[in-house]
Amino acid sequence: MTKKICLLALLAVVAGCSKPSGGGGGSVATGGTIKIGQTMPFSGPASAYGMIGKADAAYFKMINDKGGVNGRKIELVALDDGYSPPKTVEATRKLVESENVLIDFGSVGTASNTAVQGYLNDKKVPQLFVATGGDKWADPAHPWTLGWQPSYSVESKIYAKYLLQTKPDAKMCVLFQNDDFGKDMLSGLKQGFGDQFDKRVIKTASYEVTDPTVDSQIVTLQAAGCDALLTAATPKFAAQSIRKVFDIGWKPLHFVANVGAAITTVLKPAGLDKSVGLITGLYLKDPSEPAMASDPGIVAYQAFMKQYMPGTDPNDTNAVYGYGQSMTLIQVFTQCGDDLSRDNVMKQAKNLSNFELPVALPGIKINTSATDLRPFSQVQLAKFNGTSFERFGSALSAD
Amino acid sequence: MQALLHQIFSGLANGAIYASVALALVMIFKATHEVNFAQGELAMFSTFVASSLINAGWPYWGAFVATLAFSFVVGVVIERVVMRPLQGAPALNTVVVFIGLLVLFNGLASWIFGHTMREFPSPFPPAAWYGSSYLSPHEVGMIGVTLVVLTIVFLFFRFTRLGLAMRAAAENPHSSRLVGINVGWMLALGWGLAGALGAVAGMMAAPIVYLEPNMMSGVILYGFAAALLGGIDNPWGAPLGGFLVGVLENVAGAYLVGSHLKLALALALIIGVLLFKPSGLFGKTTVVRV
Repeated sequence: MTKKICLLALLAVVAGCSKPSGGGGGSVATGGTIKIGQTMPFSGPASAYGMIGKADAAYFKMINDKGGVNGRKIELVALDDGYSPPKTVEATRKLVESENVLIDFGSVGTASNTAVQGYLNDKKVPQLFVATGGDKWADPAHPWTLGWQPSYSVESKIYAKYLLQTKPDAKMCVLFQNDDFGKDMLSGLKQGFGDQFDKRVIKTASYEVTDPTVDSQIVTLQAAGCDALLTAATPKFAAQSIRKVFDIGWKPLHFVANVGAAITTVLKPAGLDKSVGLITGLYLKDPSEPAMASDPGIVAYQAFMKQYMPGTDPNDTNAVYGYGQSMTLIQVFTQCGDDLSRDNVMKQAKNLSNFELPVALPGIKINTSATDLRPFSQVQLAKFNGTSFERFGSALSAD
Repeated sequence: MQALLHQIFSGLANGAIYASVALALVMIFKATHEVNFAQGELAMFSTFVASSLINAGWPYWGAFVATLAFSFVVGVVIERVVMRPLQGAPALNTVVVFIGLLVLFNGLASWIFGHTMREFPSPFPPAAWYGSSYLSPHEVGMIGVTLVVLTIVFLFFRFTRLGLAMRAAAENPHSSRLVGINVGWMLALGWGLAGALGAVAGMMAAPIVYLEPNMMSGVILYGFAAALLGGIDNPWGAPLGGFLVGVLENVAGAYLVGSHLKLALALALIIGVLLFKPSGLFGKTTVVRV
């Protein structure tokens, strides 16, 4: 028995040695398939984001049914990490070392991706289009990592620029979550207001996720005499903020960070009547918007959902997200041609030029280069009218 | 000045949540001399049950009463099944079990009801005359409910034979047994009543803090601070502690330490009380004869 185990162990070691080393440069995609991996919160507190992974898988199935990319099929290995960074580390090592994936694609979560960013960069495995809005994904010190969505600071920078244009003497207050997300939003405002920051942002108040309510913070901010407010909060606290601002009779120009501006999960609990006039930044099309019913990008998306994700609510924005994210990856692979080395994948991922995603809002394009590490850096502002967000103006750029 | 008033009133509203949680803690402490760390999660779970009943078309008060009954039964069952075998075990064992229950109910709620935030209806009409920009009708109603429950709990322990028997069973199980009190059932009753009080706390808090599995995780810490400050054996002292903590937290958060240190303030309060006045402001100092 012991002998057998020893033999098995020996075999495993030999097998391990004979595998191609996971280092960068060398071609990992062999034969007719491209194997990619991702970690997803299919269970746990953020399981709603698991929809992104499901949409990714469905999208690649559609691509494979149509013949693949440059004749190659995509094989996606998605592992559940329950939104817990230690599990992400374990799962990612498994993907790289035993599944031998070409890239880590679209994994969800700021903390989770942070936990494996060093590892993937050391191994020179592309960490592409991570599904989080942190600023740290556009960091030249980690050349193998790339984000996707507009980062939090891009978003708040655009709010600041809009405010400077339309209400140059506005006094702004900020409610922010006391973590990376909230601080990124603040730093975006600093970039957007520039040397005006101290004059324009006259009061900030933070909250902890353990706070029962943010009522006290809102009262403090109102007392500072602001006529504009940015709520940089996650859904529960965004809803509380919207409700309290209304209840105390405060009528600021109210910006709500995109993460806390979903209609069904935030504005409805807060009260749709209390949400009228809120402004947020959008970059993807909303399938539930009536005007989108005849939009070619959304028509194609609806057809995809019907055929490859039957029984799923097509209005789930996470599905749109996964769909768009996967489409961006296919564009990268298409540009790669037959050179599917990790080097070339990364090179092409940083070489997207005016790529128009059919599910992105008109005028919002994906651009990357060796120095521009933010695929999306534009949003369009939209105002809530009591039933839906009405977009206004044109796409605004953070640069 | 107006801002200060706003801070005080919204502190009272938060305080009412802490007070109602503190009341459930008092109930279980009076009945068993234990501090239940899972009280908040039990309350959250009960609130999810109420929410599901309401979504299934039950009228609010029907769901309210059914949830109280359900929570009472859950409390009794936990005592009978989980706590009973631990009778006489060291305090540490009990604490570990409480923490286990906390994790268990949090996990169960996420598994059964999901993590998406839910609205929870208020029984008080949104345009009622008693609402103002300082306190919404629900907040006024919740403070009222807390005061009513407080009075009932106080009267129960002070003036009813059952309340007396429960106190006796916790205070001195051996002597109680000798005078014919069914100590086992008194403990179970204490758990049941605490479960029901927790459910009231959850259903009153949910319209304000919104319902999701982590709804009570922050609240329970403030609830502990409240119960310790007011005296965990005092049915009116502990809730009073709740209102004090609520107002103190808001006023100090706004004018002294900044909002990011609000929770730290509550924890400092817990430590301060334990160091300098372990029985709380209104608690009874117990002397145990060796």
